[in-house]
Amino acid sequence: MNLYDLTIHQSHELLKNGEVSSTELTRAVLERISKVEEKLHAIVTVTEELALRQAQQADERIRSGDSTPLTGIPALIKDNMCTRGIRTTCASRMLENFVPPYNATVVEKLGDAGVVIVGKGNMDEFAMGSSNEHSAFFVTHNPWDLGSVPGGSSGGPAAAVAAGEAIYALGSDTGGSIRQPAGFCSIVGLKPTYGRVSRYGLVAFASSLDQIGPMTKDVTDSALVMNVIAGYDHRDSTSVNYPVPDYTKALSSDLNGLKLGIPREYFVEGMQKGVEEVMRTAIAKLEDLGATVDWEASLPSTRYALAAYYIIAPSEAMANLARYDGVKYGYSYDGENMWDDMEKTRQFGFGPEVKRRIILGTYALSAGYYDAYYLKAQKVRTLIMQEFQQAFEHYDALITPTSPTVPFKIGQKVDDPLQMYLSDVCTLPINIGGIPGLVVPAGFCDGLPVGMQILGKPFSEETLLRIGYAYEQATDWGQQRPPILERQNDAS
Amino acid sequence: MKLSREDVLHISTLCRMSMSNAELERFQEQISNILENFEILKEVDTTNVPPTAYPPPLENVIREDKVAPCLPQSDILANAPHQEEGYFRVKAVLD
Repeated sequence: MNLYDLTIHQSHELLKNGEVSSTELTRAVLERISKVEEKLHAIVTVTEELALRQAQQADERIRSGDSTPLTGIPALIKDNMCTRGIRTTCASRMLENFVPPYNATVVEKLGDAGVVIVGKGNMDEFAMGSSNEHSAFFVTHNPWDLGSVPGGSSGGPAAAVAAGEAIYALGSDTGGSIRQPAGFCSIVGLKPTYGRVSRYGLVAFASSLDQIGPMTKDVTDSALVMNVIAGYDHRDSTSVNYPVPDYTKALSSDLNGLKLGIPREYFVEGMQKGVEEVMRTAIAKLEDLGATVDWEASLPSTRYALAAYYIIAPSEAMANLARYDGVKYGYSYDGENMWDDMEKTRQFGFGPEVKRRIILGTYALSAGYYDAYYLKAQKVRTLIMQEFQQAFEHYDALITPTSPTVPFKIGQKVDDPLQMYLSDVCTLPINIGGIPGLVVPAGFCDGLPVGMQILGKPFSEETLLRIGYAYEQATDWGQQRPPILERQNDAS
Repeated sequence: MKLSREDVLHISTLCRMSMSNAELERFQEQISNILENFEILKEVDTTNVPPTAYPPPLENVIREDKVAPCLPQSDILANAPHQEEGYFRVKAVLD
């Protein structure tokens, strides 16, 4: 097995026993990057020097017997989390040269655990998009099929982890941005409960929906990363002060006694037949493992979630993105006067999808339309949250597809914003509800990955990880690595 | 809801983001199309339903009023496009 294909826990065993050093592991990952990156375009900035320096420090720490499960293990950070001294672009021209003066809390926590940062992951600009085609720099390709999208907005991190360009990654999820690309690239992605992980230093998109989470090769790794990044942070006023368990303790190989609901609204019209078949097989497997499954679960307001989301998220985004005025940091246009500077800074600094959402959000919040759009959407949000609450009185978890289709072709939806928005239809209600969602590889349809989404009530990450782990142990989907890359490398 | 060209121009002013003519036309069509799809929300009966702004039931999050270290001025100004004598520099706001 190649070192770059290892999981966190496999790497940790080898590091702890002195069978491999962090420097060797890091070099293997960096070599992998130099070999496959020209095909994937998953990374905005590769931080080779920093990585090798951190690896050396990790090796010293491991020798002194002071290592953690994450010490010395190479990670990719999505490029919307502030890294002190390392360019943080949000894949936008606006922040192309922005070098943060401080670390995001999650980056600080990984640093304390002995992380090796190999780079910053590509994404849709300001995390707005579902395909990575809205990166201002380049489009990331899906390692399972280079002609298809990796999903978004954390498409860079997802593709990188699947292809061995990092052992794991941190992503952010506002409407599915961790889970949909995790499903599209056949890795494990967890969006934690809103407030579980600090957002301090995460460049804000929609503040009531954004959450950071792990993107990993298996469920054990997801638990290990959560052990480090979860927890209260006084610098994030929406952070919740709730005890952090040892998430690895939740991993068990049977599902006896668990009651699972399958909300019928998630098997939507227009859903790809093959995706539905994969889901039915996966759910049957959960039954084999001891869970009770109810196919009659229902969340009737789901059909309104898309509209509510695409009013709430752009409204919050237009307020958050008002800060990009060319004065304090970022791109700055030199025009005729102060207003000209500001208006053209924003015209030339933002890409088309970001502009679309700023316009949509401005409209939804403007005089005369606030009640009809923004306030209405917030009320619908209440209804969606209440339905989740009621469902979790009956079920320990809900099981749904991650996306109605397998990864689509690059270029297929980029000119049709509404079609693009529809690819989030199974993931965005979870952000509206503030609940956690875990995606695990569930199989393939026409050779392309399908992810299973597991949902639970707030702070039920342990239950989700337990279900994901039991399923993962009983199947081998998660162990498959994209072969296409090797074939294409051999050919070149 | 169909947006007029004037609607889009008005929004453009509100969010201080100028647009080319081509952008204006494209956004007018696309945003109108999106808003039409959002009409579905009118079906929902939200009588007596309170709005939700944030998921967790947190209220009045305050911190102790004590001095803590902050970043040095030079670090903050390091990313500034234009600066002068420790200030961000902008063109005259009033003529």
